[in-house]
Amino acid sequence: MPSQPLGWKIATVAEIRDETSDVKSFSLLVPQWQTHRPGQHVDVRLTAADGYQAQRSYSIASAPGPDGRVDLTVERIAEGEVSPYFHDVLVTGDEVEVRGPIGGYFVWEPSFGGPLLLIAGGSGVVPLMAILRERAGVDAPVSATLMYSSRTWDDVIYRDELEQLAANEDGLRVLHTLTRAQPPGWTGFARRIDRPMLEEALGGIGPQPLTYICGPTLLVEAAANGLVELGVDAGRIRTERFGPTS
Amino acid sequence: MIDERLVLDANAVAGDLAELFGIDLTAVIHRCAHCGNLGPMATLLAYVHGPGTVLRCSVCTDVVVRYVRTPWGTRLDVRGAAELRIELLG
Repeated sequence: MPSQPLGWKIATVAEIRDETSDVKSFSLLVPQWQTHRPGQHVDVRLTAADGYQAQRSYSIASAPGPDGRVDLTVERIAEGEVSPYFHDVLVTGDEVEVRGPIGGYFVWEPSFGGPLLLIAGGSGVVPLMAILRERAGVDAPVSATLMYSSRTWDDVIYRDELEQLAANEDGLRVLHTLTRAQPPGWTGFARRIDRPMLEEALGGIGPQPLTYICGPTLLVEAAANGLVELGVDAGRIRTERFGPTS
Repeated sequence: MIDERLVLDANAVAGDLAELFGIDLTAVIHRCAHCGNLGPMATLLAYVHGPGTVLRCSVCTDVVVRYVRTPWGTRLDVRGAAELRIELLG
């Protein structure tokens, strides 16, 4: 028998925050929570009155802390089963079933070093935010570049916090690309992530960054293949496909 | 036709695998029985929208693991994995 089986626990919703019009963050208090590693996720399970269960995986957005609190950031998928419940039904004080933390591959710890290249599409930024929050909390953080693809400026999750983190001038560079619409005077990228953009990212950070890519499958494959073509060692690239699993 | 946009990787089912095996499998190295590719379990392609879950080799796309949950338990087929390298926790 494993010493600590991955069991379901009852978590309490401590706080709910709007991130964008269809993305919210939920702070959960989990009893006997073992500290997570940035990049890990939890499984969430909902059970209907008739016993029907729906289960989804959500990345942890918060850096590890001592207090048994984990933040999940959840995008509302219109036809989904779990995310609409989170957005439209759940209120502070409610309970949900969670198990975790889960995953030992798509993780980063300060001891892994850098430099870090983080590439996100949409809500794929969530596990990368846990990495950036952890990085920001250590002395002499490794240099890092976040390349983040969103549809519009209003769809950029953690927009203000990312600006604050970049303003710390501790070696973090944030490159946005807005693929659908751009605000007046926009000087950033305005297309899907492509080879020139990857070259721009590598130019600021060196040829062999420790790379984490999270987003929709097509973005993940385009970015990972593009980096390998540009000479990045495939062993330095970790990917997480983030599908529309509702 | 399979919509390739719906393909995930095995990290998405890491909770199910941990429940079955009692340990986290995502960082465990597997060897594909078909093409011999060695890689972390997390890199397997995950097809999760059917009645069961199918994990395929990211190189040759042959089936490595498949499982289906029923009200009576889980059926697990791992014959596509020639080897799993499970390291002792230091």
